Amino acid sequence: MNAGFFVSQLLQTVLAVSLAPLMLGWVNQCRAWLQNRTGAGVLQPYRLIIKLFHKDAVLAHNASWLFRFAPYTVFGCMVLAVSIVPILATDLPLSPVADLIALVGLFALARVFMALAAMDVGTAFGSLGARREMLVASLAEPALLMVFFTPALISQSTALTTIVETLAHRELTLYPSLAFAAVAFVMVLLAENARIPVDNPSTHLELTMIHEALLLEYSARHLALLEWAHALKLMTYTSIGIALFLPWGIAPAGQWAMMPLSVLAFLVKLLLAGAALALLEAVSAKMRIFRVPEFLGMAFLLAVLGMLTRLLLGSAG
Amino acid sequence: MSFPLSHQVINLMACLLLLIAFAMLAQRRILRLIYLFALQGLVLSINTAVVALATHQPHLYFSAGLTLALKVVALPWLLHRLIDRLNIRWDVETLLNIPTTMLVGIALVIIAFNLAVPISQLAGTITRSSLGIAMASVLLSFLMMITRRKAVPQVIGFLAMENGLFFAATSATYGMPMVVELGIALDVLVGSFIFGIFFFQIRETFDSLDIHHLEKLKEKA
Amino acid sequence: MSSFDVVLAVPLCWIAVGLFGLSSRASRAQHARIFFPLGALGGLLLMAAAYPALSGEPHSLVLPLGLPDLRFHVRLDSLAAFFLVLLGAVSAGVSLYSAGYFDKGGGGQIRLVCFQYHVFLASMALVLLADDAYLFMVAWETMALASYFLVTTDHDIAQIRSAGLLYLIVAHIGATVILLCFGILQLGEWSYTFDAMRHNTLAAGWASAAFLLALFGFGAKAGFLPVHVWLPEAHPAAPSPISALMSGVMLKSAVYGLLRVTFDLLHLQLWWWGVVALSLGLLSALFGALFAAVQTDMKRLLAYSSIENLGIILAGVGLTVLFHSYDMNALAALALAATLYHCLNHALFKSLLFIVTGSVMHATGHRSLGKLGGLIRFMPRVAAAGLVGTLAIAGLPPLNGFASEWMLLQAFLLSPSLPNSYLSMLVPVATAALALAVAMAGYVMVKFYGVVFLGLPREELARAHDPDPWEQAGLLWLALWCVVLGLAPMALISATDPIASALVGAAIRDSVQGSSWLFLTAIRPERASYSALLLLAGIVLTVAMTFLLVRRLYHGRVRRSAPWDCGFAPLDARMQDTAEGFGQPIKQIFEPFFKLERSQPSPFDARPLYRSRIEDRIWYWLYVPVMRAVEWLSSLIGILHHGRIHLYLIYSFATLLVLLLLIQ
Repeated sequence: MNAGFFVSQLLQTVLAVSLAPLMLGWVNQCRAWLQNRTGAGVLQPYRLIIKLFHKDAVLAHNASWLFRFAPYTVFGCMVLAVSIVPILATDLPLSPVADLIALVGLFALARVFMALAAMDVGTAFGSLGARREMLVASLAEPALLMVFFTPALISQSTALTTIVETLAHRELTLYPSLAFAAVAFVMVLLAENARIPVDNPSTHLELTMIHEALLLEYSARHLALLEWAHALKLMTYTSIGIALFLPWGIAPAGQWAMMPLSVLAFLVKLLLAGAALALLEAVSAKMRIFRVPEFLGMAFLLAVLGMLTRLLLGSAG
Repeated sequence: MSFPLSHQVINLMACLLLLIAFAMLAQRRILRLIYLFALQGLVLSINTAVVALATHQPHLYFSAGLTLALKVVALPWLLHRLIDRLNIRWDVETLLNIPTTMLVGIALVIIAFNLAVPISQLAGTITRSSLGIAMASVLLSFLMMITRRKAVPQVIGFLAMENGLFFAATSATYGMPMVVELGIALDVLVGSFIFGIFFFQIRETFDSLDIHHLEKLKEKA
Repeated sequence: MSSFDVVLAVPLCWIAVGLFGLSSRASRAQHARIFFPLGALGGLLLMAAAYPALSGEPHSLVLPLGLPDLRFHVRLDSLAAFFLVLLGAVSAGVSLYSAGYFDKGGGGQIRLVCFQYHVFLASMALVLLADDAYLFMVAWETMALASYFLVTTDHDIAQIRSAGLLYLIVAHIGATVILLCFGILQLGEWSYTFDAMRHNTLAAGWASAAFLLALFGFGAKAGFLPVHVWLPEAHPAAPSPISALMSGVMLKSAVYGLLRVTFDLLHLQLWWWGVVALSLGLLSALFGALFAAVQTDMKRLLAYSSIENLGIILAGVGLTVLFHSYDMNALAALALAATLYHCLNHALFKSLLFIVTGSVMHATGHRSLGKLGGLIRFMPRVAAAGLVGTLAIAGLPPLNGFASEWMLLQAFLLSPSLPNSYLSMLVPVATAALALAVAMAGYVMVKFYGVVFLGLPREELARAHDPDPWEQAGLLWLALWCVVLGLAPMALISATDPIASALVGAAIRDSVQGSSWLFLTAIRPERASYSALLLLAGIVLTVAMTFLLVRRLYHGRVRRSAPWDCGFAPLDARMQDTAEGFGQPIKQIFEPFFKLERSQPSPFDARPLYRSRIEDRIWYWLYVPVMRAVEWLSSLIGILHHGRIHLYLIYSFATLLVLLLLIQ
């Protein structure tokens, strides 16, 4: 563990944190193009965040310390999560801190703090958002766990480093089990990151709000941090998906010469993933809230099928 | 251990077959069921063609072509015309609700996979590991037949079951003798005609295709 | 004085404290502040003395008590030591809390309560120390009776009386079944010591019968499905410190009994025992989570959450049995360590939550979730402790609940390596049930904490304030242990190693090489690793850096105003979710599981009323038919009653004649 590892860890964290709003901007821009609009430009989220930081924070009279503290906690959890996922290189110093299950726990921590903060002020929107968010989360977590089961079975480990190293060193083969798990993962990603068809990230109607309702009482720097954390969450999920299902291009431990290549590979994959996400959102309609359990049930089913086909077909699946 | 591309494609087709069987379990609209059935036929014919390519058995090409003609074109068209004339579009609620049906489906898949493990060790084909998947799709189609209330989805379940059996035959023994295959195809075709006639008869008698009306035929003791 | 002597002395001291408390003439305040802290001291001593025994050799002793031919045997081995540490830690915190709680008039006659309380603690310690069936049953019954009297402290309320009666009945059914189990284990040799039972070898059929009886009997005390019905009634009926002790420690003594019988007294374990325990555990976990989500009473919600966590523990036990029956001892050790860890964690955070509800009830006078709210401003310290408890029970890193659930999930992830192909496919799918229960627990706890402490007060609660120092000390003690056990799991795993070696024949240390004290690993560090301390450090560092950067580069100005609320009219406490409202999605999605009675208002009602009642189906499926059968049987016997004295005399005469003829 020499200085090179720490430098690459720092590089990964800084790169991911600064690129996250860009990815969100890219997704919104693609969506605008698909909807035949001009769009606000890929740098719009940065402008939003900077504008918010300049403002005065307005807090409700009865907002408690939990309300003020939650945005920092959520942001901290997301930064830590994005530092743990192998984006540029495997075997970074922070990778043994959390495996896949602990990452899910980290996301859950951030989510619980947001839900509690939403309930803090006592508005109807806050409780509504908290209730729906916890519902979607409690149904998505089993599906996510089943999705992670399949790569964990293949590589006999839940540590992302080991999974990437195992999967990246195989030849290009079609694993049906991983294909099932990938589709299920995309469905869970849509649910957890508040994208259409589960939630509309740009809605103003409480009938269609889940994530937006949690942010309603926040302003200024708190809101900026929460928006940034939202973008970071999307980037982290995408990176986990890339690490599990498209791991080629991540630099193996200690090979610094491959770093520029892995940065390039990462950017290309993010570009494609963002465009694919925008396409998915453009062709889907938002579901009623009580259809979401069926959606997540289908994701769970696909993930279980993937795991069972892996167990049946052995190393051929 | 690396596998030839054909082997991977066959495994992928097998998994797609299983997926379509599950999708049919969850589908509420009859038109979509017919499209799924056509898709299943397509998957089947691609699979047969790939097996033919990998094992150099030209008679399987005929088999693939027959499957394409019959199950992707003819039967779905027939069924489409049938539901047009009977004027049914939706299905009523199934016997069990969809999540429960899915859970039962997963249990059936596990049973089928476990049954297939010793059998697949005896077979000598390259596709022996997909035998379990074929059995699973047969069981799932059977489940679909059981849990539906209208007659047309039951028939589609029956046809899907036959699809699964065909896939099992392909994976275990590289297809059946041509005579057997033509015979089965004819059976299925004739059976569909008879089903069509029965549908009209049921509709005439009970004014609906809901099967529970058939219980009125019970003798009152 | 060895640690064994200290451990033996503590229950006796507790009984002595109880007797002194019964006979003392001190005032209520003096009573509470002298005797309960003494009990807390006893708990601390027990914890300190039992900890070294975790790694030492077992000590036994034959006490000169008991009947002439049936002496009491006691034994302190690593399994008993673990649960004694649990008892000591939790009772120390709860006794400290009770010093402040009972002072305020919670619970009737303080002298009686003090006596019953300390007898309860002593009997639980004796259950853990018992080395023969006789002492075990005596202590078990004493535990049940003492807790019954404690549950019915407020016996002038009819509901509490009936809850106590239900508890007593189920406890005695369980005790009878446990007695039957011991009867099978002693194999007709008329020797009642555990040592003799260890040396008996039973046929597979008898062993299975013993296991099933133990599962039912100990399950009646632990609250496994379907003998759980007393839990949601008895826990809310009891005063809060008693609920804390019952939920935290008493339920674990049943788990201890099950582990003792299954792994220590029985020689073999069959794989289908593991399957039965696993499925029962997962069903209980799901049941508890779902029902907790729709409750409107604070303590009932926590009671159902106890059912859920005990279900998780039983699933862990089942997994251990499953792995051990296939001789996969390293994996069994992992599952056992996860189960024991979860026992300890649940004891700590559940007691913490129950005493938090006690403080809330004292401060506000309400226990229904529909009357609370916004207490974080009036009772900040209780709210902080409650937050720690909530985060722990929801299974969030870096606290202790997450660490034990992480280990259990890792053990489940290893199950595809089981030799039986059905099991290797079914058990991973069952993991999803565990994940669902854990995720539901998060939902339930957000509801609990949010409705009680956050938002606006739903009734006039401005007089609520933080409790007195004794209560705060109890809260702090338990909260601190939740945090410490979450940050340093490896220390605990090393401590439970001897237990795993004794029970399943392998230690975790065998399968964990090259990992430091910082990381919790499963099997190998490359397989999975988690470090709570580094996680917490990372979060704290990032939060601090973000805070400082934002303050440096921008500013930290804050303005206060009315809530935004999308511009709606002045905010009212009735606009936020009620407890029923928060649980409504679960009620709707999982409707087939509940027995729901709803009366909805119609537009033509002069005074519209909405009423909804959720009941347990199992009560109607299992208990009501059994009760009706018992009633019918009793009515048959009623035929013998005529009220005519001549007939009764004829009964006695006939019996006498028959007996005389028989003896001949």
